[in-house]
Amino acid sequence: MTHRYFPHTPEDIAAMLERCNMKSLDELYSDVPESLKLKRDYDLQPQMSEKEVRDFFEELAVRNQPLTCFAGAGFYDHYTPAVVQSLASRSEFLTAYTPYQPEISQGTLQYIFEYQSMMTQLTGMEVSNASMYDGTTAVAEAMLMAISHARKRNRVLVSATLNPIYREVIDTYARYHGVRVDTIAEKDGVTDLDTMREMLADGDVAGVIVATPNFYGILEDYTGVADMVHAAKALLIMTAPASTLGVIRTPGEWGADIAAGEAQSLGMPLNFGGPYLGYICCSKALIRKLPGRIVGATTDADGQRVFVLTLQAREQHIRRDKATSNICSNQGLMALYVAMYLSLMGAKGLREVNELSAAGAHYLASRLVETGAFELKYPDRPFLNEFVVRFKGEVKLADFVEVCNSCGCLPGVMISEDELLVCVTETRTKEEIDRYVWRAETFSKATVPAMNGGVAANEMSN
Amino acid sequence: MSKTYYSPTHEYVTVDGNIGYIGISDYAQHALGNVVYVDMPEQGDDLEAGEEFGAVESVKAASDLFAPVSGAVIESNEQLIDNPRLINEDAMANWIVKIELTDPSELENLMDEEAYRAHCEAEKH
Amino acid sequence: MNKKYYGKVIFELSRPGRQGYSLPSNGCDDVLPTLPAGLLRQNAPQLPEVDELTAVRHYNNMSTNNFGVDTGFYPLGSCTMKYNPKINEEMASLPAFTSLHPFQPSATVQGALEAYYTLQRMLCEIGGMAEFTLNPYAGAHGELTGLMVIRAYHESRGDTKRTKVIVPDSAHGTNPASAAVAGLKVVEVKSLPDGTVDVNALRPLLDDTIAAVMMTNPNTVGIFEHNIPEIAEIVHACGALLYYDGANLNPLLGVARPGDMGFDVMHINLHKTFSTPHGGGGPGAGPVGVRAGLEQFLPNPRVVKHSGDDDPLFHLDFGTEKAPHALGRISSWLGNFAVELRALAYILSLGSDGLKLAGTLATLNANYVKESLRDLYALPIDRVCKHEFVFDGLADKSTGVTTLNVAKRLLDHGFHAPTIYFPLLFHESLMIEPTETESKETLDEFIAVMRDIAREAAEDPETVKNAPLETPIRKPDDTAAALNPVVTFAELD
Repeated sequence: MTHRYFPHTPEDIAAMLERCNMKSLDELYSDVPESLKLKRDYDLQPQMSEKEVRDFFEELAVRNQPLTCFAGAGFYDHYTPAVVQSLASRSEFLTAYTPYQPEISQGTLQYIFEYQSMMTQLTGMEVSNASMYDGTTAVAEAMLMAISHARKRNRVLVSATLNPIYREVIDTYARYHGVRVDTIAEKDGVTDLDTMREMLADGDVAGVIVATPNFYGILEDYTGVADMVHAAKALLIMTAPASTLGVIRTPGEWGADIAAGEAQSLGMPLNFGGPYLGYICCSKALIRKLPGRIVGATTDADGQRVFVLTLQAREQHIRRDKATSNICSNQGLMALYVAMYLSLMGAKGLREVNELSAAGAHYLASRLVETGAFELKYPDRPFLNEFVVRFKGEVKLADFVEVCNSCGCLPGVMISEDELLVCVTETRTKEEIDRYVWRAETFSKATVPAMNGGVAANEMSN
Repeated sequence: MSKTYYSPTHEYVTVDGNIGYIGISDYAQHALGNVVYVDMPEQGDDLEAGEEFGAVESVKAASDLFAPVSGAVIESNEQLIDNPRLINEDAMANWIVKIELTDPSELENLMDEEAYRAHCEAEKH
Repeated sequence: MNKKYYGKVIFELSRPGRQGYSLPSNGCDDVLPTLPAGLLRQNAPQLPEVDELTAVRHYNNMSTNNFGVDTGFYPLGSCTMKYNPKINEEMASLPAFTSLHPFQPSATVQGALEAYYTLQRMLCEIGGMAEFTLNPYAGAHGELTGLMVIRAYHESRGDTKRTKVIVPDSAHGTNPASAAVAGLKVVEVKSLPDGTVDVNALRPLLDDTIAAVMMTNPNTVGIFEHNIPEIAEIVHACGALLYYDGANLNPLLGVARPGDMGFDVMHINLHKTFSTPHGGGGPGAGPVGVRAGLEQFLPNPRVVKHSGDDDPLFHLDFGTEKAPHALGRISSWLGNFAVELRALAYILSLGSDGLKLAGTLATLNANYVKESLRDLYALPIDRVCKHEFVFDGLADKSTGVTTLNVAKRLLDHGFHAPTIYFPLLFHESLMIEPTETESKETLDEFIAVMRDIAREAAEDPETVKNAPLETPIRKPDDTAAALNPVVTFAELD
């Protein structure tokens, strides 16, 4: 049997076996008990040619229907410039290993250094690591940092306005690490700061986790919160989708100790959930508590400015069970995506992304309200490009959503029976937004036009 | 008259009355290489003989510190924050933590300089 | 690889007023000025301003100072640096997959869900397990998830005494680190001189406080743990579960399955055994498989297949009353999905017949290199190895040339160094794993260079000790980097 990935010819095998003083390939496994050997082939299809692999995937692809995206909830449909995918696929980046040998890995180390620099700029913090897996695990590990920093305290407060997916991951990590997680109640869509004050007074708090924009898209006002948290000798952890940090007040400006969250919004495709990238940044004082890899600048024997993995003594391969985390592989290449995206966008482009996203979102929100089919759930709360509307139509919200789906649109994420979390990014055109509004006008009524033949197909679909 | 005792894990305690200065031995600093960071306890912390109380880091390794005797931390050596390399320069003079001993009888379990030197020789093989 | 160091950082190429992006207008009014000023950032982030070509040249030039599998040989033990097939890249980049938002209704993502389900079933067949979750993002994340599954299992039995994990002293650092994150204490068991677990040392450690024993097979020195049936028996007898670290799965492809050896929970590194690219440190994927009876403890969401009459066929299960002990989430959605697609393409490309040979050829390559260098390098374990083996430095250490020196000298010859100073069992560890995608010519070239370095170490040791001599940068000052970390552009002078 030959295969395009296996170079061995029968002559090669014979010569190699001879070097090993063996007569057959079976001898290579002579030390494996017979009872353990698999005496049959795998129950899998035989090898496929490349064309057959393509056909297989095409058949799967045909059963996916990408929808025009008005959904956020932690995953954002922003535009990825062509340069990003093109250069990220360079094999010197793609097929490289972790840069443990800096002499032949300066490419990787340089872009990680750029990524770290850019994330500190976005978050307003002093230092960043080389990436975590995603936003949820980054926040969970920020929680572990706070626990480790506090030494004897074992309690963490989490705002009820955090994305529930984040809360679920935090809960899993907390449960097994022995951390007590208490919820700070929400009031009218934002964190109830009075409750936070009371809970801090109860003591034993190592960290407080808040979000802005929060799960509802609301920009929260955390004036005084850092002081409150620090007075209780706890650390303040703040999470935000990275793209929004281009315009909103940063965790650094709010006085946070750790900024952790999701960077997918910086040029990574939706990819049905991954790969993404979790960012984690903190003050310089906490740098030795940071999980994962960190790249630092130094000089080499010829006086050149070069880059290396540094502070490795924190990591699992040296510190083992006393490491700051167990993380080994991180999101590597996705940090290159971020570095390239932000290099092309710059501060001005990132601002424009947010301007357009917010403009589109506010336009959609007001027009949806005008239709009478929706009302804003938190009309007095400021939002950027994501908001919650309550459905007031004559049909069920779920039915309205289904009609939108069949028109090729994902109108948002249902967060309750009658509430929809809607997001607009710079990739949504005015036409797409207007068509959404048209559907809200048309399909919120009890007498929904028949799908077949009732309304012209091109009027409905995107 | 101060006396220095050693533990098998290469910490020393130099005792002066009821005060003890704990650090790592010259043998240890040499094995570790360039020290880049020392994780030290805080004033008021309690050390328990045989228990881990901090760590010394080099570029490629990190070594836990085990308390040779029990005591209350009076102070940690602040100089090591900005200049951890002092341990490489003179490990015996640059102690890591100053404590008040709570059980001087524990000193009997430690080695004197001669016994420690023999211990290091044996470890090399 | 370009031997001249490019070395620039994008910030240095920035010029005010340059623009590298284009965005369409959507005709809607700008609302940012209407938001409360106190909720907006005061100062813009300092990010580069470059035109597109400057950015393109910068990243291109940067990449030429990098070494990848596509450049040359990576004999890194325990990393399985096999070829990353290009068809996998294309399949993972199909817009019908890349543009899917996680919250799209199941009916509109049946292709994606079926891809997940299919890969999951394939891994079950290869691993000998009942169900896999593909959600963990990396091997270490898989270990953590697997240990949480094990804790959930014990808790469901009302057994709260099991707070410890036994880990061999030869284990990869992630094993004890994952145990610590999962809230378990680590107990080390000693290895025999050949690196295998000492069953007699293990037996007295097993009691009702042990939640799990973590092992890899072959072990980290490339030797098959032939005592595994006995180990499985005594571990189960004390009520603990046996966990398989899948980092060394490659040589078992086509030969044996962890599930058949008595392992209860395992993880697989897709970026090792299943060819997905290492990407400079990620993204990887660490699927976790469980034997029958443990499926209910897997994390959410799970992909379930309904009966043939149901429409649509594939659904997401977020934890139901039927699974009260489910782990909850350990990821935001279904893991590094695009990485999973690559692994699926790979398994299809190899098929049952290709997979059958993969492990054997990897093992052949390793033994060939071992036998070809054993006269010049110290071979502490003189037995048939599997996919990897360890040298304990040069056979002749009289000139003071260390494993580090040998590794750096290899860089001069256009090879990536093997894994060095791991495992900790030997002082001058040099762990070599050739993988099955390397040709005999490549191996012969590597062998020749290693022989050359050994000769150089004897005849001209100073050259080896000064290596590398021909790489873009040489001997970076690690100590300065750790003493005074400079981790952002703002901190550079």
